[in-house]
Amino acid sequence: MLEVIDVRKRFGTTEILKGVDLRVERGSVVCLLGRSGSGKSTLLRCVNHLETIDGGQILIDGRYIGYERRGDRLFEIREREIARRRSEIGMVFQRFNLFANLTAWENVALAPARVRRLAAGQARSRAMDLLDRVGLADKAHLYPNQLSGGQQQRVAIARALAMDPKLMLFDEPTSALDPELVAEVLAVMLDLAHDGMTMIVVTHELGFARKAADRVVMMDDGVIVEDAPPSVVFHHPAHASTRAFLAHWADHSAGTEKK
Amino acid sequence: MADTVTTDAPKRGERSSDLRIVPLRHWGRIPLGLAVLAALALFLYALAVNPNIKWGVVAEHLTAPAILRGVGVTILLTVASMLIGIVLGVVTAVLRGSDNPVLAYLARGYIWAFRGTPVLVQLIFWYNLGLLFPTIGLPVPLVAEVWVVETNTVITGFTAALLGLGLNAGAYMAEIVRAGLVAVDPGQSEAALAVGMTKGQTLRAIVLPQALRVIVPPTGNEVITMLKTSALVSVISGSDLLTTAQTIYSRNFHVIELLIVVSIWYIALTSILTAGQWALERRLAPGRTVRSTSRREARRA
Ligand SMILES: Nc1ncnc2c1ncn2[C@@H]1O[C@H](COP(=O)(O)OP(=O)(O)OP(=O)(O)O)[C@@H](O)[C@H]1O
Ligand SMILES: [Mg+2]
Repeated sequence: MLEVIDVRKRFGTTEILKGVDLRVERGSVVCLLGRSGSGKSTLLRCVNHLETIDGGQILIDGRYIGYERRGDRLFEIREREIARRRSEIGMVFQRFNLFANLTAWENVALAPARVRRLAAGQARSRAMDLLDRVGLADKAHLYPNQLSGGQQQRVAIARALAMDPKLMLFDEPTSALDPELVAEVLAVMLDLAHDGMTMIVVTHELGFARKAADRVVMMDDGVIVEDAPPSVVFHHPAHASTRAFLAHWADHSAGTEKK
Repeated sequence: MADTVTTDAPKRGERSSDLRIVPLRHWGRIPLGLAVLAALALFLYALAVNPNIKWGVVAEHLTAPAILRGVGVTILLTVASMLIGIVLGVVTAVLRGSDNPVLAYLARGYIWAFRGTPVLVQLIFWYNLGLLFPTIGLPVPLVAEVWVVETNTVITGFTAALLGLGLNAGAYMAEIVRAGLVAVDPGQSEAALAVGMTKGQTLRAIVLPQALRVIVPPTGNEVITMLKTSALVSVISGSDLLTTAQTIYSRNFHVIELLIVVSIWYIALTSILTAGQWALERRLAPGRTVRSTSRREARRA
């Protein structure tokens, strides 16, 4: 489903991704761990072409998101086509990024109406269904600043789901939330995982990784140093940095694990 | 007396109803306020009884047809040149942030040139465009000029005023719009791109509507400034309010009276614009209606 092959990315002269390889099968959940600055966000942003790459290839169902191959060159494609392909990948941000000028249901209905050209009534009823699915049907008419952080993040998940994505990217979806709001967002994500959504989740919630992940991938300094099922990574980490990372976040996750 | 002694300590069993909270009293405010009001009243009285001001002349000219036509021209000039300015401003601000370096520098150059020279100079320049280009036309290479006119038939006082005021307003509006665009969290456009919207759709549906909250207040200011800047067109024989008044007082010599007429109109128009701006700003605050208890609500409770 997703193939990341030897991807390299530089900002200026510093190389942030130094040859990343990652495969994600359809319907599987991959949790991406790693220290701050190791390049996790950058990798997710490259996957949906919010960042261009300097080397390697990223394919979804055998097709590049932002490029077209002619011979042994990748040519960046036109903006409209990138947007169309990008709409098949959902993204959830650490700071929610709900459209501040729109209500909850308008946030969810906007892209289906503008990008997929769904009729207004249809886009609206679908938005209502999705808000119901994340447990927020009664908040549909509120603006983002009238919602709690946990509610905003659930609306953001509904917004991403509205485009029927093949793949969902989560970039630390719970790290901007108060501890008591983390559980409600994780519950929605667990539901999604059980429904068979293909997901890449950057998170420090080890409890979630243990429960939902098919594989845990550890990034360190722009490369992937660990890629195995959670039981293996948590009990027999291969890399020293993984052990340090797990020790640091184990305490933090203890609270949210007992749901 | 026990209760004049200051002891900052609660008595046992005391409730809020047993205690009155007294705000600091500003005794000096009352005499100062009275003194200022008295001075103002004296000044207004001196104006009212001044034998050099013929109030009858003021009243007579306030709604004279010529003055009303001048008011109409001033309003038309203000509205039209601000519309030109706003459209130019949005386009220029977007181009300034564009990835195309030629367009970005072009936008910067425009802002630089038009903010860097006095409007008065620009107005006179456009009015005298005929000196630079005696004719204006659309040349079709190898064939002929298909559409040619004398510059001076196109550039009247009014079109020169529109060009001068509109282009100048555009340069200022560009900076106002840019400040608005910059104020919108980049996460907003990132999220819009991530759901598959193009840059253009993102700008129209997400960024501009949010930027508007920042853009409207200074734009209101620009409109009010423009209302009065438009009086400069009197140097290029515009037929606005001030020019009309000048024409009248050059004949009847009631200079002060006509300037009072002009001022009354400008103040009235500015007041209307201010009210409009206030109403617009309130409408542009979606979902911001939940406020902490205002003073009035607190008093009602
Ligand atoms: N647009 C950019 N320009 C320059 N440097 C950048 C840019 N974006 C990211 N970086 C740098 O790339 C490195 C990796 O950033 P990235 O956001 O991918 O890390 P991360 O693993 O997501 O960290 P965190 O856990 O803090 O979110 C950081 O050192 C960051 O400073
Ligand atoms: Mg990050």
